[in-house]
Amino acid sequence: MGIDEDGFRAGHARGANEAARLFTTRIGHMSQIRLIVNGHTHTLDLDPATPLLYVLSDDLGLRGPKFGCGLAQCGSCTVIVKGQAIRSCITPVRTVAGTAITTLDGLGTLERPHPLQTAFVEEQAAQCGYCLNGVIMTAKALLDRNPKPSEEDISRAMSGILCRCFTHERMIRAIKRYADGRQA
Amino acid sequence: MKTSMTPDARAALESAGYSRREFLASSGALIVTFSLADLAGTPGTSAAQQGGRTAASLLDSWIAIGADGTVTAYTGKCDIGQGMFTAQTQLIAEELSLPVNRVTLVACDTAVTPDQGVTSGQQSHPANFNHSNLALAGATAREALVKAASERLGVPADQLVAREGAIVVQADPSKSVTYGDLIGGKKLTIPLSPTAKRKPASEWTVLGTPVPRIDLPALVTAQFQFVHNVRVPGMLHGRVVRPAAVGATLVGVDEASVAGLAGLVKVVVKNNFVGVVAEKPWHAIQAARRLKVTWTPGTGLPAQKDFYEQLRNQKPTRDTFLINSQDMDATLAAAASVVKATYVYPYQSHGSLGASCAVADVQGNKATVWSPTQGVHPLKHSLATLLGLQPENVRVIFVRGSGCYGINGADTVSLDAALMSRAVGKPVRVELSRRDEMAWENYGMPFVIDQRAGVDATGTLIAWDYEGWSAGLGGRPSYDRPGNLITGRLAGFEAAPLTPRSPAPAPTDPLDNNRNTVPSYLAGCVTGRCLGAGTIKSERVLSHRVASPFFTGPLRSPERLQNTFAHECFMDEVAALVKADPVAYRLRHLGDPRLSEVVRAAAKAAKWDTRPSPKPDARRTGVASGRGIACVVYEGGNGWVATVAEVDVNQDTGTIDVKRFVVAQDSGPCSNPDGMKNQIEGGTLHSMSRALMEELTWDDQKVTSVDWRTYHTFPLGFRIPVVESVLINRADAEAAGAGEAAATVVAAAIGNAIFDATGARIRRAPFTPERVKAALTLRPV
Ligand code: FES
Ligand code: FES
Repeated sequence: MGIDEDGFRAGHARGANEAARLFTTRIGHMSQIRLIVNGHTHTLDLDPATPLLYVLSDDLGLRGPKFGCGLAQCGSCTVIVKGQAIRSCITPVRTVAGTAITTLDGLGTLERPHPLQTAFVEEQAAQCGYCLNGVIMTAKALLDRNPKPSEEDISRAMSGILCRCFTHERMIRAIKRYADGRQA
Repeated sequence: MKTSMTPDARAALESAGYSRREFLASSGALIVTFSLADLAGTPGTSAAQQGGRTAASLLDSWIAIGADGTVTAYTGKCDIGQGMFTAQTQLIAEELSLPVNRVTLVACDTAVTPDQGVTSGQQSHPANFNHSNLALAGATAREALVKAASERLGVPADQLVAREGAIVVQADPSKSVTYGDLIGGKKLTIPLSPTAKRKPASEWTVLGTPVPRIDLPALVTAQFQFVHNVRVPGMLHGRVVRPAAVGATLVGVDEASVAGLAGLVKVVVKNNFVGVVAEKPWHAIQAARRLKVTWTPGTGLPAQKDFYEQLRNQKPTRDTFLINSQDMDATLAAAASVVKATYVYPYQSHGSLGASCAVADVQGNKATVWSPTQGVHPLKHSLATLLGLQPENVRVIFVRGSGCYGINGADTVSLDAALMSRAVGKPVRVELSRRDEMAWENYGMPFVIDQRAGVDATGTLIAWDYEGWSAGLGGRPSYDRPGNLITGRLAGFEAAPLTPRSPAPAPTDPLDNNRNTVPSYLAGCVTGRCLGAGTIKSERVLSHRVASPFFTGPLRSPERLQNTFAHECFMDEVAALVKADPVAYRLRHLGDPRLSEVVRAAAKAAKWDTRPSPKPDARRTGVASGRGIACVVYEGGNGWVATVAEVDVNQDTGTIDVKRFVVAQDSGPCSNPDGMKNQIEGGTLHSMSRALMEELTWDDQKVTSVDWRTYHTFPLGFRIPVVESVLINRADAEAAGAGEAAATVVAAAIGNAIFDATGARIRRAPFTPERVKAALTLRPV
């Protein structure tokens, strides 16, 4: 029996199908791709089908976006492109060539954190912290387009984000703290 | 560790004084050392956590204070997201009277930290915050510094205090000497002093306060290094190819199927282990996907719908009597009424958010592995067994992974990386796919539990009879059991065998209630010594372990949660039978004052409505609301907790909406109150997810709950209840655990609240809408 079951076949998400389809394209063909990440431009020789996540974390060594499922089911790999929180695990790198990409690494620094990052520290909103990337980046995209989100808006935006340490309550509080602070 | 160390790891270790030999050879230092006999276990610590150390693995110091006054502490308890890094830093800062930022903590690296077994089972607080190990080392160092200062200043020791990195004359603070000055060029090696006195809690200024998590600023800004971020020069990427079915063995690998694939370095086969190594992660993923592997059919799996029936009938068994007063039949025959019920708890996944990852560098007869394991020393030995190396040539460095909640894929992926690195002679990083993570875990154990109880004419419980069946296979790799994990088994090692034993021998004295098999209401008497938390004298607790078709292992509150679900729901059933209030009825049968106190504290904070369940005049359609309580002494003596749950039950759809939890917890002194709350909140909601949604599924060949569409949990956007914590701070009591106690009681508290709201008793987890509806239809009319 041939092995044809791995993460890619398991997903029912649109993204997973997209990723599965990519397997049928020719593998190993390289092209030069220009990426603009956190304001820096990089020109890389890449298989254009490579999911963006691997390029960010492996070729560029960024620590924000993380692998959780590869199936668009958990949010760990979230980055912001054109104001939208997208799932880099199922985004072929070629589709974001030349487009500005923001990752958690680019939001703020240890010395000068973004106020949303500060809100998470103030609420002590993490346990292992693996989910923080998806949580903060998804919240950032929401709050940028909707500075005064209702509970309902926050719930909807966060409905595809998992935290398996269940720091839910503190994280939602941190998001609200930041939103409230901006209005004050 | 030479060239292949990551820059981060190198920097961290060097600043922490990794090069201990150089460190000792430098100008001077005070080192607190210990011998094997000093390395104290804690009550309830399992043999696996204690055993197996060899002299060669012994590292012998806890604390080193440099001539420049820098303090480095070495611990074998790591931070897996529970906040232990911060809490242990507070501990050392407190004992040495320093600000937190002047203490460097080095955790879980077999080259430099003591072997404290596994960081698990809420053992870290009792292990390191009492009168042994790390805490005692802090006290020992302070006393040594005070003694040296007394000689230097000519002032009696009892007139000196430690303050901000110096020993100060109490009456005249202008007279002082800094730690650095005291040490100067001398090399002082002092043994752990069993008589060293810890600072009394009344004097604490750092410990016992909500010091913010030290790692959090780096976490929120993506500067934190998870194991997933470890990069080693020359590192390649591996991907495993697991069997197509449980029990399938390898027939053949068609290497031609991946010939010429971009980036492919090697196809690795060892017995039934198959993996690919490639230059980049994406290359490895594609190669694993394309590789044609032929497997035998699996050994077949029992039908899931019949599984629990099979579980209770399966042979052979390993039987254990925890308690047997030998008067059960007679007491039940004389009882005014007898109640019986059966409870069922499923296999569950750890389901870490991040797929497990590790990096291994195996070169010649040496190996270095960066791993998110909970037990670096045990894993080091198991890796040595797997690779056929001398344990002293293997180094395991803990780097945090995604929260694990027990043995997720952390250890198995470490073995994966080691096998593949050995095959290519280069460092290899392996990150599992979501499916590989969830299809081959060491799952939390399934249980079937029969409960029987007798009450007398006054409604008092006079007899309790427990008989439980659970299934197990493998577990933690321990010090010599790589076969306890899927990778080790594929590579040709066996899991620890089930040793059949039936009938069960007489209970052993003293009672060991480490797994909470014994309900809190039992007197717990073995040969006249009664160590239970309750009062019921006619008592029998018999457990049967059978072989599991799937690997199993500790999952947050392992076995304790399953047993407590059955005990605490059943207690509620008995209370309802005799029309007693569930809180009052519990208190009536408890003998442990700390457990009674948390029950009272939770009830009070929740404004408990005192009356029997179910709620009178409850509606039988639409939404009904109710409250339930559950409590436990975790591991029989390592944390006391009671939780009240308030729920809405939609009787038309069967959905449960938990509105509120009130948790009262006593873990001895609160070392970090906010950290403790964070653990209570996380543990409670995690267990709510487990109680309502989580269940492993399988077909006749393989596990089918392999991602977040097929294994259910709730996302951040879910309507979550408020979790209110009442911390019972017992500053002068022994430190007990805090990470798992609250998780233990949630399923029962919710089940009891459902009963209160509706009169329907649900005895099988998770409480899916279908099961709730089925329970509702069984209600008496
Ligand atoms: S890793 Fe992309 S959504 Fe899970
Ligand atoms: S804090 Fe661990 S997954 Fe969210």
